[in-house]
Amino acid sequence: MAERTNNGASSHPSGDERFGVLDKALKRTRYSQDQLIEILHVAQGVFGYLSEDVLVYVGRELKLPLSRVFGVATFYHLFTFEAPGDHSATVCTGTACFVKGADDIVQALARRFGVASGETTDDRRFTLKTARCLGSCGLAPVVVLDGAVRGHLDVDGTLAEVETAMAADEADGGDAATSEDVAEEVRV
Amino acid sequence: MAGPIDLYDVANAERDAQAHYRRRAFVCTSTGCNSAGAGAIKQALADVVTEADKTGSVQVVPTGCFGLCSRGPLVRVEARGEEPVLYEHVDDEVADAIANEHLVGASRVDAEVVSLDLPFFTRQERVVLSNAGVIDPDRIEDYVAHGGYRALQAAVETMTPEGVVKVIARSGLRGRGGAGYPTGRKWDHLASAVAEQKYLVANGDEGDPGAYMDRTIMETDPHRVLEGMALAGYATGASQAYIYVRAEYPLAIERLERAIREAKRAKLLGRSVLGSDFRFDVEVRIGAGAFVCGEETALMASIQGERGTPTLRPPYPTEKGLWGQPTMIQNVETLANVPMILERGAEWFAALGTPDSKGTKVFALTGSLENTGLIEVPMGISLREIVEEMGGGIPGGKAFKAAQSGGPSGGCIPAQYLDTPVDYEHLQKLGSMMGSGGLVVMDETTSMPDIARFYMEFCRDESCGKCIPCRAGTVKMHAFLDRICEGVGRERDLQHLESLCHTVRATSMCGLGQSAPNPVFSTLEHFREEYLELLVPDETFNGSSAVSAATTTPGGAA
Repeated sequence: MAERTNNGASSHPSGDERFGVLDKALKRTRYSQDQLIEILHVAQGVFGYLSEDVLVYVGRELKLPLSRVFGVATFYHLFTFEAPGDHSATVCTGTACFVKGADDIVQALARRFGVASGETTDDRRFTLKTARCLGSCGLAPVVVLDGAVRGHLDVDGTLAEVETAMAADEADGGDAATSEDVAEEVRV
Repeated sequence: MAGPIDLYDVANAERDAQAHYRRRAFVCTSTGCNSAGAGAIKQALADVVTEADKTGSVQVVPTGCFGLCSRGPLVRVEARGEEPVLYEHVDDEVADAIANEHLVGASRVDAEVVSLDLPFFTRQERVVLSNAGVIDPDRIEDYVAHGGYRALQAAVETMTPEGVVKVIARSGLRGRGGAGYPTGRKWDHLASAVAEQKYLVANGDEGDPGAYMDRTIMETDPHRVLEGMALAGYATGASQAYIYVRAEYPLAIERLERAIREAKRAKLLGRSVLGSDFRFDVEVRIGAGAFVCGEETALMASIQGERGTPTLRPPYPTEKGLWGQPTMIQNVETLANVPMILERGAEWFAALGTPDSKGTKVFALTGSLENTGLIEVPMGISLREIVEEMGGGIPGGKAFKAAQSGGPSGGCIPAQYLDTPVDYEHLQKLGSMMGSGGLVVMDETTSMPDIARFYMEFCRDESCGKCIPCRAGTVKMHAFLDRICEGVGRERDLQHLESLCHTVRATSMCGLGQSAPNPVFSTLEHFREEYLELLVPDETFNGSSAVSAATTTPGGAA
């Protein structure tokens, strides 16, 4: 098992209060095995991603074999097993966006940051993602930048916006919260 | 509150309150307009009005989708004795002007305005979307004031379950999820199933790229979906229902959950619906990004917290579904049609549309068009009317090339068939399908083999991997298409592609694999010359050509 993050004083025996949030959700769903997907959503919402520790924990609490938890988690595209970068761009690659050049945007971002879709830069500053239709086709092409939906974008506009966002927190000297955009996608 | 609410009292009180306002501003707060900043605009309007309008004679109403998503954010101002005005592309400045001049004052603002006489609006026939842009989706009172839950009350108090099934059967309503199975027949299957527990599932797992009808219905009028579900539950004896929504639709989930809470509090859902002995509970279940979960057996697996892989039918869900019990899965749009059919009668509904496809259909009109957005039209309307009149034609003087319907399971309809009536049978004859309602218009600059590759990549990524024809077939079909699109394909690649398409269609287990070749078939049928132009002639092919197929595969992860 990997190390367990320890945040000092907390009501949860693990010392990590985020597990407390997970426990609440487990209780609310009455430890129902049917609600595994809901629980995984909550877990990803509080931790940002699903680490092996978290998957083991969920399996134990729901009395499900790890193979089942792992099998379900890896089946669905929205679950991620790696901590996201400080900033993220999710390019919609639905039909309407595709017809209006979403692919060029993906490729430009991939070239600029040297990552493929689904990957995070080595310095953990930027994650590139793609989505299958965000349902805002009237605004095509659509890119979700750090949780905010931007429509009618082109290649240069997208690059500029990403760079502005990244430059902004360099100026602040801190890193912008990415937990926000995770929380936006996944309800707790 | 002890007893159920009195719908009549609530409706009257709400109508009186609304009639009291001198001016009302309706702000679209669906996902499309929200993304363009509608939330802030609604707030700005409300702030100015609260500050300046001491008499309380102006109301700002957040509503569901107006439809014309490409021109958002949209704000409509209505006042007694005046023509309504629809402002488009509203920004902070315009919002401020609207609030001060048009709402608090009484003069129209000199800003971009959309004519409400556009064919985009006038050609529509709104049944499912009749409350869109009219009511506040978060207020049950507003829904009730517009006739909501009356059909449920009438059914529970005066009709037998069999009577409700008969009305739906007589109306000719067919499933709006794509296949068009007669709704009345499906209800009858579940009603006649004998079991201790029966389930109803509303399928809101709208995965087709380029389609957002169901999302809009759930966001715009969540109570209508719930009322349709309750009526289906009453008619079939299903007392537990789930509404399965994509996780990508957070706003729809939020509004549905609130609607369920409010309906429960009003005793319109729960242990005793409207004081009767009909019990009906609804829970929201959230997907996690898997297209295949729109397939009904896969969807049920996902509701049970498992991998969303399909199983063979029969047994059909109405015999053996969730936890082995009889289960009926209905598309959200189908259910949203139900309340009005019961209220206005089967004959009223049957008079809309064509003899075989009755009623209306909601389409998400997107792609290369002047006006894109959400429309509800009577079945049988021609594609030409939709594209040229409602869509306003193609921008930049480009030529129409094809309309794609049915998403990755559908096909392309070329210009010579623009006069085809849009209904289940005609679209199928053209090698396309109604699908759930995505309609993407492509102009002359779009390469059709490229579109086929796009959809195949989608199917490859979304194949669940359970059966081999789909798992391996979509990978190979995509590889052939990739070679062709990159200009390194040969005649035999095309032959292999076509033969593989036939195999995958015939042997895949579920609809995803069976229909994955459709975009290839249909583009080949209507645009074969585009494929042929891309092929490398055999005689010039030197065998060891080191052309690298530079391909990137977005969305290939996970």
